[in-house]
Amino acid sequence: MINFILGVVTSANYWFIVLRSTAPILLVTLGAVITAQAGIMNMALEGSMLWAALVGVIASSATGNAWIGLLAGVGVSVLVALVLGFFALKLDANAVLSGVALNLVATGGTVFVLFSLTGDKGISSSLPSKVLPALTIPLVKDIPWIGKVISGQNIIVYIAALSVVFVDFILRRFTIGRRIRATGENIEAAKAAGIDPVRIKFFALIVSGVLAGLAGCFLSMGYTSNFTSGIAAGRGYVANAAQVVAGGTAVGSIFAAMLFGLMDAMATYLQNIGLMPELIQALPYAVTILGFVVVTFVRDRREAERKRRLFASSTMKKENVGGM
Amino acid sequence: MNSIRRFFVDRESLAPALVTLFAAVFSLLAGIVLIFIVSKQPLQSVQNFLLAPFLRSYNFYYLLIVMVPITFTGLALCVVYQLRYMSLIVDASLYVGAVVATAIGTQISLPAGIHPAVAMLAAGLVGGLIGLLPAILKIRWRANELVSSLMLNYVFYFLGSFIILYYLRDRSQTILSSLPFKRTFLLPRLVPNTQLHVGFLIAAAFVALVTIFLYRTRWGYEIRITGANPRFAMYAGIPVTTVVLYAHFISGFLGGVGGAVEMSGLYRAFIWQMDPSYAWDGVIVAMLARRNPKFVPVSALFLAYLRVGADFMSRRGDVAFEFITLLQGLIILILASDRIVNYFKERRLRKQVLKSQGESR
Repeated sequence: MINFILGVVTSANYWFIVLRSTAPILLVTLGAVITAQAGIMNMALEGSMLWAALVGVIASSATGNAWIGLLAGVGVSVLVALVLGFFALKLDANAVLSGVALNLVATGGTVFVLFSLTGDKGISSSLPSKVLPALTIPLVKDIPWIGKVISGQNIIVYIAALSVVFVDFILRRFTIGRRIRATGENIEAAKAAGIDPVRIKFFALIVSGVLAGLAGCFLSMGYTSNFTSGIAAGRGYVANAAQVVAGGTAVGSIFAAMLFGLMDAMATYLQNIGLMPELIQALPYAVTILGFVVVTFVRDRREAERKRRLFASSTMKKENVGGM
Repeated sequence: MNSIRRFFVDRESLAPALVTLFAAVFSLLAGIVLIFIVSKQPLQSVQNFLLAPFLRSYNFYYLLIVMVPITFTGLALCVVYQLRYMSLIVDASLYVGAVVATAIGTQISLPAGIHPAVAMLAAGLVGGLIGLLPAILKIRWRANELVSSLMLNYVFYFLGSFIILYYLRDRSQTILSSLPFKRTFLLPRLVPNTQLHVGFLIAAAFVALVTIFLYRTRWGYEIRITGANPRFAMYAGIPVTTVVLYAHFISGFLGGVGGAVEMSGLYRAFIWQMDPSYAWDGVIVAMLARRNPKFVPVSALFLAYLRVGADFMSRRGDVAFEFITLLQGLIILILASDRIVNYFKERRLRKQVLKSQGESR
């Protein structure tokens, strides 16, 4: 058993699969991070992914072009995010509930549309959909072990890696990032500073929609080559937990998503040797919760420590003043 | 009688009722529009969708059977929503409750009558303990209870099917099925030659129990106060943490009992190949009932009506059953939108203000 796991963990193929299973989670986690930073929880990420996965397949098979499929998928995913924004920000709906509702609409709606188009409820294999290309990186592919892991991945995997930089720049380098965080932290103060919170939240939702759209298209046009019902498999929900593990930062998202990816890839492997697939499939979700708890625990401890210090230093100052 | 009069006279309580009605009618209309878009024989499909329970007596009894589990999850979510919590862990409570009931129904010998009762109690206790988890995570680590409950639902689903597969499976069957239940475990039928079982009455009894609990006992009152204003509840000396915990235990308990009732009432073995996800139906039932367990049977009836109609229509036509999930999402969207809910209230207020202004001039 131990030997088997050691063998798996050192194989390049395992890490190849890890990166591949991490990519979609990473994309949606980044989406969850940016909306959470703006103070709105995008629970509809799951629905965004489902619609993107389906529409990507339909558009690519209709046009014969995977890129048009990707574009259409991302477009519909943004649309879902905008609908969430409309209900949550314009109609004062509870954002979490309307997100959940949009996921239900997506769960039922994607199967409904798939069945109406193909007569099949489970899988879109009758549609001649295209797959997004894999990239071989010229020099890297020749490096012994690393080349096998990093080169030859689907293009979305690389886009996911770039998205980390992109979201990190948005959040930390650009003015809009400061506005996003201000809106999320204290909406009244943001308003007083002349920021329109509704607009900022819409912006964050659109970005998260794009990211979830990429993730959704990857699932049906790269990770697998079909749309299957429920293809998102709760990744949109996992993202909202991983967002907390990520500590609300883009770089943290890598670790949070990796945690899920490692377990997910390990589950694929352990299943192959016939080791109780049910228990192993539960692993990624269980580990995410565990990470979730540990991170909030550590954060709370640190926060308490900081407050204690602040308190201590302020009382010390007072004593000094009294001494004078 | 008094409440009926209040319903018609007191316009304050009329507004939310109107919204509920609006959501129901809107979802029906949306369903009809969708049928017309995709169906090649729309009139036949719409007829099957709307009139299913009256076309076949089988459908009518099926409607009543469908009501049972969603009444349980609806009640469970009423308790949670009274607290203004969003945990969906009742899904896991119901699923694991069904697994626990299966273990008791297949492994233990008890006299008829006592056997299902013991199973329901055990399933309820396990379901209640599971229900506690998101609440503990929230209280102790401020983890969002919706997110953690959804994660835990996956974990418990896989755990439950693991137990069925490795400890309770009937290996002589080709499809996934547990060993057959002992005869003593099965609930009697309410109407001979139909599937309608005593579980229907058990569900009705729980509606009464939860209504009394929430509106006629101190503990229920504490739940409602804590939900309405936790800070006020704290200052009033209500042990808020304890209240949150026992409310979640009760909610999970209801889910667990629901799972056991389904098993002993409807099935001869555990044959769920997938998570039936009754918690999502419970969300709509509880929202349509406006968190009041008293109205749960009405909203469960409406949802069961939609489901039976969609099921009947999809088996006799070209519209996928899943469109019901789409309609359910639409219902929640409407009910969750405060602006829509307040629209009716605001309009009346505006009228009153305009009128009083006119008078003062």
